Parts: sequence; C-alpha cells; structure tokens
Amino acid sequence: MKRRRCKGAAVIELENVAYSYGGGELLSEISLTLQPGSFHFLTGPSGAGKTTLLKLCYGALVPTAGHLSLFETEVRSMTRDDIALARRRIGVVHQDCQFLDHLPVADNIALPLTVSGRDTLEQESNLKELTAWVGLSHRAHAFPPELSGGERQRAALARAVIMSPDVVLADEPTGNVDWEMSLRLLHLLAELNRMGKTIMIATHDLALIRAAKTQVQARVLRISNRRLQLAGADL
Amino acid sequence: MSRETRGAFAIVAGDAQADRVVPPTGFTAWLTLFSAAAMAFLAVFAVALALATGRLADRWSEELARTSTVRISAPEGQMAAQTEAALKVLRTTEGVKSARALSDTEQRELLEPWFGPDVPVEALPIPRLIEIVETGEGYDPQGLRLRLSAEVPGAVLDDHTRWRRPLVRAAGRLRFLGWVSLALIGGATAAMITLAARAALAANSQVISVLRLVGARDSYIAQAFVRRFTLRALTGAAVGAALGVVAILLLPRAQAEGGFLTGLGFQGVHWLWPLAVPPLAALVGYVATRAAALGTLRDLP
Repeated sequence: MKRRRCKGAAVIELENVAYSYGGGELLSEISLTLQPGSFHFLTGPSGAGKTTLLKLCYGALVPTAGHLSLFETEVRSMTRDDIALARRRIGVVHQDCQFLDHLPVADNIALPLTVSGRDTLEQESNLKELTAWVGLSHRAHAFPPELSGGERQRAALARAVIMSPDVVLADEPTGNVDWEMSLRLLHLLAELNRMGKTIMIATHDLALIRAAKTQVQARVLRISNRRLQLAGADL
Repeated sequence: MSRETRGAFAIVAGDAQADRVVPPTGFTAWLTLFSAAAMAFLAVFAVALALATGRLADRWSEELARTSTVRISAPEGQMAAQTEAALKVLRTTEGVKSARALSDTEQRELLEPWFGPDVPVEALPIPRLIEIVETGEGYDPQGLRLRLSAEVPGAVLDDHTRWRRPLVRAAGRLRFLGWVSLALIGGATAAMITLAARAALAANSQVISVLRLVGARDSYIAQAFVRRFTLRALTGAAVGAALGVVAILLLPRAQAEGGFLTGLGFQGVHWLWPLAVPPLAALVGYVATRAAALGTLRDLP
C-alpha cells in the first residue's frame, strides 16, 4: 500500500458514498473529508448510521456506491493486508470496547504493537507512558472483566493510540460512563487532537459536544434521513 | 529464506506473544489430540500391514519361483524306473540346479497334517514327488513337459504357476490396501482437524474481531491457530504412534507354522517407520488448519 504523507492531504475521504445492506440503503450520498488534525463529532438518532459510517472509515465495510479513500488509496483497490496496515494508522474505540478477556489489561493495550511485531522494549516503554496517561497504571495487571465502565473506555482509548495513529475514531465512547468520566475521556481526546491527531467521535450526547467546544475547534455533523449534513448551528 | 521455510520455522520456534492472543482452552484441543492419537495408532497398524504383506508377497514370489515339482504316477512295479528316468531327464535339463526324489519319510511328513502321524505311506498308492530347484535363469517349462511326456509317461510337471500367481496377486493387493488405508487415515485426520479448527475459529470470532480491529493481518491470525493445532496433532500422534508400537510388540511372534497374522509387525529398519507418523500427522495438521483458517478468515467480513 502506498503511504504517501502529503501535508494537508485528507486522511479519510468519502465522495458520494452509499451503503446498502439487506436490500435497504443505510447511507446515501455521503461526502466527507477528514483533514489531518481536524476534530469531528458525528451525531444523529439511534440507528441513523453513525456506526456504519465509522466502520466505512476504518475499512470494516466497503461502500456499495461512491468512492472512499483511506490515506489517499481507494479502498476497493486495497488488499486485505492493505486494510490491516491502514488500521494500524487508525485507532478505534468502541462503545463495548472489545477486549481479549483472557489477557491482562496491559497486554490488551499493547495488542496493536504485538500484532505489528514491534519489539518488547518499545512495547514496555509505550505501555508505561500510556497507562499513566489514561490513569490505569494500577490496573495494568487486572483482566478486562474486572474493570469498571470508565476504566474499560480509558483502556480502549489507550489501545487505540498506542501505535500513534493518524486518526482516532470513537463510537459512543461515553455511552457507558458517568458525566465526570465522559469529560475526562473528552479531555484525553482533545489532548490527542492538540498533538495533531484527527479525531471523529460518534455520539448522541449533545451536552458532551457543547462541553467539547470549550476545548477544541470541532465540526459537528449530523446523519439524518441517510444523509450527512453540517449541524453546528443548533448546538 | 522462502515463505514456506519461514512458516515451518515459525511453527517450530513459535512466538510467545502471538501464541497468547488465542485463548488456550476449549473442546477442540481435546478433539484434536484424541483424533490425532487414534489415527496415529491406526496408521502404525496400516504401515505394519502394508510392510508385512509386502514381505509376504516377495517371499511367496521368490520361494515359489525358484522351486517346482514333478509328480510320478505309475504302477507299483514301474515307479522306481520312471522316477530314475525323470531324474535323468531333469539332470540334463538346462536351468535345473538340482532334482531329487522325496523319501518316504518326507512324503509322510507332508501328509501328516491331513492323515496323522501313523499313515502307512508304503501301503497307499500315492505318487512319488521329485523336488526341482531352479538356477537363477530357470528352465523352459514347455520344453521340459514335452521331454517328460516323451520319456516318462507318468510324470506331471507342476511349476506352481497356477497357484503362485493368485497368491502373489492377493498379497500385492493386501499391500496396496495397507497403503490405501494409510491414505484414508491421513484424509480422515485432515478432515477432523479441519472441523476442529473451524470450530475453534467460530468459537473465537470475538478474538478475531478484536485482532482485526487492531490491524492484525489474516496470516498473523491464522498462524496463531495453525501453530496450536499443528503442535496438538504432533503431540497426539506421538502418543498414538507410541501406543501402536507397543501394541505391535505385544502381538504373538511370527513362527514357521504361524499364519499371516503372526507375521504382522516390523522387521529391521522398518521399525523406523512409526517415527515418521507424528511428523506426517503434524504436516497434515498444519496444511488442514492453515487452509481452514485462511478460508474462514476470507469468508468473515
């Protein structure tokens, strides 16, 4: 896969993308460009297609129409290995987190480094730094089922950024946590954005979006009737 | 280093971190171990069968091909003269190494299994047998038959062809069946390991989903399963092959009067054959699991 890194070039680009499943169209005429260092909120009612759009953005789904580029490469021309390599540049945080429950938290956070064959020393140094950053140093040897909702979200965020990805996509990252923890997670994501990472958060929590506006310059997008529209004015 | 060599090296050397990404327990572990052990046990017997029937076919073929018999049926007063005449013909026949008439004692021993030890051979009108041992080149049976019919009217040459051919053919087919059994055992092992691998992949769909999410390639995910199943097949087959060898050792010893079954086993360097069973089972496990894993991963979204 080509890894061209032009300053200012879009990291993820969708052009008139549609996605259909089971005979019904879930998304239609979606055009979106994620520029390096940008911060996006994706909002809309439950079932509007926020998760589907995020899955398109990390190559888990392929559009049924239109063009989707990941790091300037058309997704349809990418092999399965190319998609895997692209995902190492995209950190993903799910609402249900998805961990390997038989491995300790530290190993789960280091999983992207493990699968990419990075050496153990590098893993250890990155891991210490990250577990401290997300406030989980004392829980590194616990197993995922032993963590609280907030701890799981922070562990998922640490795993998403351990490879120092270009983009972080978060799907309802604050769905299972209290307001205080939501703000803490938001603060971590804003900090990543200040470090130059592209962030896109799918959420239906409008209070979180309002809180974010005091920390970052965010663009708010809404999915309505299968289409994407700018929704900043009413927030 | 080629991709295959690297793959084989990775199987042996392993990757401690990669090994841990797949949960270590599950019913498929026992299924693979048990089926590999059972199949290796049967494979040892199949190899023993193939080798034993091979030996039998060679022995029958060789022994029967080197000897033949002349049977003299004549009135009592002419028996000695016709026997002497036949021996004279045989001694001057090219391809006959030696020829001798069996004594009364030897003929009695031949009849003993059917009539008991006290059979009065002298009182019975039984024909005289002449044993012929051939040279390496052998004689011309048609020519010898013509000469005997001209000079010894009561002589009948039996070069064993009639019953030698079906025996050798039967032994050859048994040997073939032994190897076919071995191939079927290999196929059945591959099928069982494939099923176990697919079950393991299905049971670990969540693990696969997480690994993909963090950027694991299909080859990395497959490798984690392949190594585990290959090592299980190797371990199970080693146990099964060892038990198979013990069972073969416990079979009755081959004896002169023993039938084919008492000769089932290994001789000389053939004892090394069971050593090949575990690596072959591991190879079958590797190929089957790799195909199953890559196929399943290709089918997953």
